Amino acid sequence: MTAPLRALGTGVAALALLPALAACATDPEPAAGGSGTGAVAVSATDDACDVSTTSLEAGPSTFTVKNEGDKTTEFYVYATGDRIMGEVENIGPGLSRDLVVDLDRGTYQGACKPGMVGDGIRQEIKVTGEAATKLSDSEELKAAARSYSRYVQSQTGALVEETTQFTDAVKAGQVEEAKTLFPQARTYWERIEPVAEIFGDLDPITDGREPDVEPGQDFTGWHRIEKQLWVEGNTDGMEKYADQLLANVKEVVKRSKEQPLTALQLAQGSKGLLDEVATGKITGEEDEFSHTDLWDFKANIEGSQAAISSLRPVLEEQDPTLVEQLDERFAALDTELNQYQSEDGSWVFYDQLTKAQVKELSDRVAALSEPISKVAGVVAASQ
Amino acid sequence: MNERRPGLSRRALLGGAGVGVLAAGGGLGYAARSTTAEGASATADPAALPVDFDGAHQAGITTPAQDRLHLAVFDVVTTDKAELDAMLQQWTAAARKMCSGNDIGDFGSVAGPVEVPPEDTGEAQGLPPSALTLTIGFGPSLFETADGEDRFGLADKRPAALVELPAFTGDRLRPQVSGGDLVVQACANDPQVAVHAIRNLVRIGFGVVSIRYSQLGFGRTSSTSKAQATPRNLFGFKDGTANIKSEDTEVVDRHVWVGDDADQDWMVGGSYMVNRKIMMRIETWDRESLVGQENIIGRTKGSGGPMSGGDEMDAPDFDAVGDDGEPAIALKSHVRLAHPDVNGGAQILRRGYNFVEGNDDLGQLAAGLFFICFQADPATGFVPIQTSLAGPSNDLMNEYLTHVGSGVFACPGGLAPGEHWGQALLA
Repeated sequence: MTAPLRALGTGVAALALLPALAACATDPEPAAGGSGTGAVAVSATDDACDVSTTSLEAGPSTFTVKNEGDKTTEFYVYATGDRIMGEVENIGPGLSRDLVVDLDRGTYQGACKPGMVGDGIRQEIKVTGEAATKLSDSEELKAAARSYSRYVQSQTGALVEETTQFTDAVKAGQVEEAKTLFPQARTYWERIEPVAEIFGDLDPITDGREPDVEPGQDFTGWHRIEKQLWVEGNTDGMEKYADQLLANVKEVVKRSKEQPLTALQLAQGSKGLLDEVATGKITGEEDEFSHTDLWDFKANIEGSQAAISSLRPVLEEQDPTLVEQLDERFAALDTELNQYQSEDGSWVFYDQLTKAQVKELSDRVAALSEPISKVAGVVAASQ
Repeated sequence: MNERRPGLSRRALLGGAGVGVLAAGGGLGYAARSTTAEGASATADPAALPVDFDGAHQAGITTPAQDRLHLAVFDVVTTDKAELDAMLQQWTAAARKMCSGNDIGDFGSVAGPVEVPPEDTGEAQGLPPSALTLTIGFGPSLFETADGEDRFGLADKRPAALVELPAFTGDRLRPQVSGGDLVVQACANDPQVAVHAIRNLVRIGFGVVSIRYSQLGFGRTSSTSKAQATPRNLFGFKDGTANIKSEDTEVVDRHVWVGDDADQDWMVGGSYMVNRKIMMRIETWDRESLVGQENIIGRTKGSGGPMSGGDEMDAPDFDAVGDDGEPAIALKSHVRLAHPDVNGGAQILRRGYNFVEGNDDLGQLAAGLFFICFQADPATGFVPIQTSLAGPSNDLMNEYLTHVGSGVFACPGGLAPGEHWGQALLA
């Protein structure tokens, strides 16, 4: 896979390598918050393919392809062996479309295909220079991974302890005690959920929900016991589920020590936790019997924040604007969320929130999720 | 049987007019192809071409009405004016790209780094610009909340004409599809192009604005150009025959555009949008006799000619009397009550769309008209017309209609290249 890796923060540097192209830019529009992209004009007719310049600098180039013929056309950029570097299809007569391609040094061919058939009318394109160099801050990334690993360890101790108390209460038939401990123990689980999720076999049997159980499989884990406690109001037959839950939680903890997350995994995890909130908690589906979703909600956010904190030195160097936005939006979500927590640390039950309150929370989660979806790109480009 | 309402008698003679009008409609359709394709290659499909985003006025008002609508209404959730301005700048950059038929962002749908989500959501790849227009407007609540708070220090910039609409008799407004701080009207000849535009603006806006509601419309119910044939609404009648047409520049300047004498400079060249979500009782309408339907509307169902006689484009004669001695055009017909002559000369540019949202719990079609109109001032446009129409004792059509949504928005004048939406307002 030779896909181009570009940090969002290094985009400007890459674009700055295109002075020759800037001279023939046809796009008068200043890109919001960034610099303009150098443009190559392509005039495509039914029997010609005029490229305004065939000598480019390495980095991203924008080909503005104008169909001045009568047939619908396409434009391709090929590397050796007709490997497609980029294409723009279905340009009707009189229409114009842009194609952005990131090209390393080398020789390419640009091809117009009037009528969208055949090998096309080709032009050789030479690319010289170097694309923006990738940063090699792997030390910083390793430090981020170590920092997150310490966080995971701090959580796993409490997770095992609290889960043990919970399963003990279940096995002793102490329904009320178990109901109190359920959301508290889950808090530690939900904070480090990305860790559990990389162990694909353990997550479903520990945290799976009833409608997702495969035919022939038993409904097990946290939510099996939750159902018994809240729907039946007893712990009948729960002993084996309690033992199994504790064993699985311990197994997740053990594996997490043997196989810590990489920086990229934790960047993806910070987004994964918010996706969990957006799809599971916002809808009130996670804890459908106990309605203790807000405990999980908060824990997911805290876990995501911990991942971002570990990555912070890397992010601050690569994209300080992104960090500023993340800080603001984490704070805004916290403010919205924390109003539902009482002084003793417990949370409002999810079925007591109004639709309008849920929408406010949903808006704040969406606002944070958009910038957080960019974090993995910054990390990838720093490797 | 055949119970007739007072004044509903003489429709039998109107059948003959239809043929001629259909032929004329065909002719107009042909004219549209050759005129709007001007400047492009002879084989270009005019419905696919781009519409200029920049200009003295915003596109999407007098632009020949496109076939599809996705309109989104937003609440502003930030309290920071600079953040709102920055988002509007991003919106404008994206809008310019999309209206020219391109992906948004520096890298679009597939050219960017693989580890991050693409800047553009990608469903418009390979689709032509499809005459996409994006039209923005600002609601009264942006300037002052219901509690009287001047949220962004914009009270001084609020135009006098931007006030909440009065309550009309018969209104059944639902707050969740009424009001709003911002509106973006996306119109295109391809529904996916319109939906793509709104989806990408919503995505850019997360954290700054929150969507209040959005509305899809699948078929235009108005013509805004003489080159367009008159479409039909879901009652099966031609709608918008007497609409303001872009070619009548004097009428447009007087009734649609806000003039140089506006109280707010940022509204010069702009217009006010009123939208109404109108549910139609389709099943009961379909059980109304033809003569009953035509009497309610005041036009024939086939040709669209007025009940006083003549073809679609002939002026209604409100003094004409039928064989039964009753007015040829019923006193409470839609056409009569909506006409400028009975509303102090009020005229509006209509730009509404049919919608169907499946069926309701009872199996009835959840359908209607998403009414949109533009005018220089709602107080001399939509308000007098709707006052004349509203309520069970006025427009006969109200028996089949329920207004459930309502909004009014100030749509500023157009932009020059490099300017952005809201720039003049928020500066």
